[in-house]
Amino acid sequence: MTNAHAHHHYYVPDPSRWPITATIAIFTMFVGGALTLDEQTYGPKILLGGFVLFVYMLFGWFGDVIRESEKGTYGHWEDTSFRMGMMWFIFSEVMFFAAFFGALFYARVLSVPWLAGAGAKAATHQFLWPSFITDWPLLQVPNNYGFKEAKDVIGAWGVPALNTAILLTSGGTVTWAHWALKKNNRGQLILGLALTVALGALFVGLQAKEYGHAYHELGLTLNAGIYGATFFMLTGFHGFHVTMGTIMLATILARSIRGHFKPDHHFAFEAVAWYWHFVDVVWIGLFIFVYWL
Amino acid sequence: MSDAAIHDEHHDHHPYGGMTRWLTTTNHKDIGTMYLVFALIMFFIGGAMAMVIRLELFQPGLQFVDPVFFNSMTTMHALVMIFGAVMPAWTGFANWLIPMMIGAPDMALPRLNNWSFWILPFAFTLLLSTLFMPGGGPAGGWTMYPPLVLQTGAAFPFLIFSIHFMGASSIAGAINIIATVFNLRAPGMTLMKLPLFVWTWIITAFLLIASMPVLAGAVTMLLTDKFFGTAFFSAAGGGDPVMFQHIFWFFGHPEVYILILPAFGIASAIIPTFARKPLFGYASMVYAAASIAFLSFIVWAHHMFTVGMPLAGELFFMYATVLIAVPTGVKVFNWVATMWQSSMTFETPMLFAIAFVVLFTIGGFSGLMLGVTPIDFQYQDTYFVVAHFHYVLVTGAIFSIMAGTYFWLPKWTGHMYDEGLGKLHFWLSTISVNVLFFPQHFLGLAGMPRRIPDYAVQFADWNMVSSIGGFVFGGSQILFLVVIVKCVRGGQKATDRVWEGAHGLEWTLPSPPPYHSFSTPPAPATIEGGMR
Repeated sequence: MTNAHAHHHYYVPDPSRWPITATIAIFTMFVGGALTLDEQTYGPKILLGGFVLFVYMLFGWFGDVIRESEKGTYGHWEDTSFRMGMMWFIFSEVMFFAAFFGALFYARVLSVPWLAGAGAKAATHQFLWPSFITDWPLLQVPNNYGFKEAKDVIGAWGVPALNTAILLTSGGTVTWAHWALKKNNRGQLILGLALTVALGALFVGLQAKEYGHAYHELGLTLNAGIYGATFFMLTGFHGFHVTMGTIMLATILARSIRGHFKPDHHFAFEAVAWYWHFVDVVWIGLFIFVYWL
Repeated sequence: MSDAAIHDEHHDHHPYGGMTRWLTTTNHKDIGTMYLVFALIMFFIGGAMAMVIRLELFQPGLQFVDPVFFNSMTTMHALVMIFGAVMPAWTGFANWLIPMMIGAPDMALPRLNNWSFWILPFAFTLLLSTLFMPGGGPAGGWTMYPPLVLQTGAAFPFLIFSIHFMGASSIAGAINIIATVFNLRAPGMTLMKLPLFVWTWIITAFLLIASMPVLAGAVTMLLTDKFFGTAFFSAAGGGDPVMFQHIFWFFGHPEVYILILPAFGIASAIIPTFARKPLFGYASMVYAAASIAFLSFIVWAHHMFTVGMPLAGELFFMYATVLIAVPTGVKVFNWVATMWQSSMTFETPMLFAIAFVVLFTIGGFSGLMLGVTPIDFQYQDTYFVVAHFHYVLVTGAIFSIMAGTYFWLPKWTGHMYDEGLGKLHFWLSTISVNVLFFPQHFLGLAGMPRRIPDYAVQFADWNMVSSIGGFVFGGSQILFLVVIVKCVRGGQKATDRVWEGAHGLEWTLPSPPPYHSFSTPPAPATIEGGMR
């Protein structure tokens, strides 16, 4: 694999102040967030300060990388490192979602039926909450002290089905944009990306509206027991990732408008496209296991 | 390359002086040094906590600290030693050695590399600051089981966020190592020629990427359970506190191999060097490490045999756990076979490596005992467990970190360390560590519970012995620091190869190696494959 690079120097960047800036920004956000949770009045201000520094860092660090890329600093060899980095980063994200899917399956298949006496747990049922009946989606929790039970849950075949169609379509439009980039057709590249950004934003908007409906009309909240917990954490982290992906796509769109990327050299585009397909696949899992089944 | 000037600066020429150099560096040797120094500082902080624990346990009754502080010492000692000492030490070794071992110019993603290091001092500032907060530091054990951990005071969100931060550092470091090994190997450095330290680190990196995000998920659920009313770990809301244990140990078991796999790589580098023989069974070492890594994902519930699992679960996790003894046995037998009929000498690195093989095997045997479900029912949460994991982590991971430090210190600094002091450090450590931890087996078998500041009088004698061993072991580590500082400051000039029997690309470079090494790849003829 590496034999082809014998006469090419691998690019080792000069010292950079962006990593330490990123660390300080995130550290400030963590301190501010923790103080906010501990109900200290100055917590939110520290959190906000860290966030501002974080955004500044993003422009600085990615700005450096984009300038280096446009100067032709990165050859095929560096590109391979970036690809491996992105690929394994996405895998780590998959494992993050796996923890929450694990919680969903564990609750649904094991702990909720056990509380109702399944398996060898007849005594558990009898002595803890004898009137508890297993059900999924679980609306009535074993003991509602500290929890507010939901009236209903969001069905699969309304907005979620529409959102599935939106995300799947956006997977198509980003692939179309990639195809256009490879053909050096800038017009279609920009149109394809703009459509993808619009579809991503539409998805997030519909999801926000659905959250409002859940909170205000259905009484389905984070606090509604295990169903509400798994529902909001899974769809919430997914929605956050779609938001990130949309911002990343918008950046790539802006760069495309400025004339960045070449038909044979556009790692940033591909990294964002991979990320977008990843949030798409996670959504399919959510649609099937959270909304539908 | 557009910028030819950069590549003419291959001397010890740093673009910035002073602190700015260290804050902004993209050089794998600078970053490796920072990781190792950080790990050493954390080793002493975690060690000081261990001294508090042994001091309180010197006699029955409550003498020195109040019980909540004692509990927070056991909790923080574990977190500091695992995430602050051992893991950063391994990443430090990886940074220093992997690019030199595979003939690469640097790590694949140098700015990311700087970031993964600099996260750590900030993450540990978050964690250690909790000791000074109202309600004290986290005291529910490093495993953070709910509902107990949810009673933590103001420290709670700081604990959670510090775990998130450390996890991000580990994942970024692991990604960097994978990209480096798979993309930056010199021509001719095929996968089955890699030194075993590189192999064990690749496997460790995969474990990190697969397991650290799961820990992040688990602690995020703790955070929402505490502050946002979710019911993940509350049976009243339909969740289950035991679910946390499953998710946590799905991370936690791979984590213990993250701590020990690079140690296997180091033993596999040192033993052939001082035995002056190629490693016995190189390929089987690679396959054994990979098998251990695979098995580590299907044994997690052996940490929770007494929690009330279905019988089929108890049996599955018992058999899968005991299966790990097979590839681990392959490794131990290979090290012994490497030494068989060889012409050995016993410099300090070799002494530590041999002690590693013997004492780690003792930890392995007690692990085998704990892996058998009905026996574990007896030992769960006793000092037998404490003895077991300190044999694998102290005389396993830490001893091989020390072995590796003595082995490569002349390469890193250009000076030989003081062999007399090194040997003194070895003998004091090895004798005292056994006085410290071996009696804890007896205490555990007799029923002494772990994580408790006071105990029944029948446990008094062995606790006193253990504490004395602990103080001597702790004190001996000052010697380690002295040897390192002396070696950095001067000493007999080290040769390039340093050790007569040393093989591998790092020994073809000067001692200390230049700031940038292998900017052009080494000649394929210099690559000796499959030796260690």
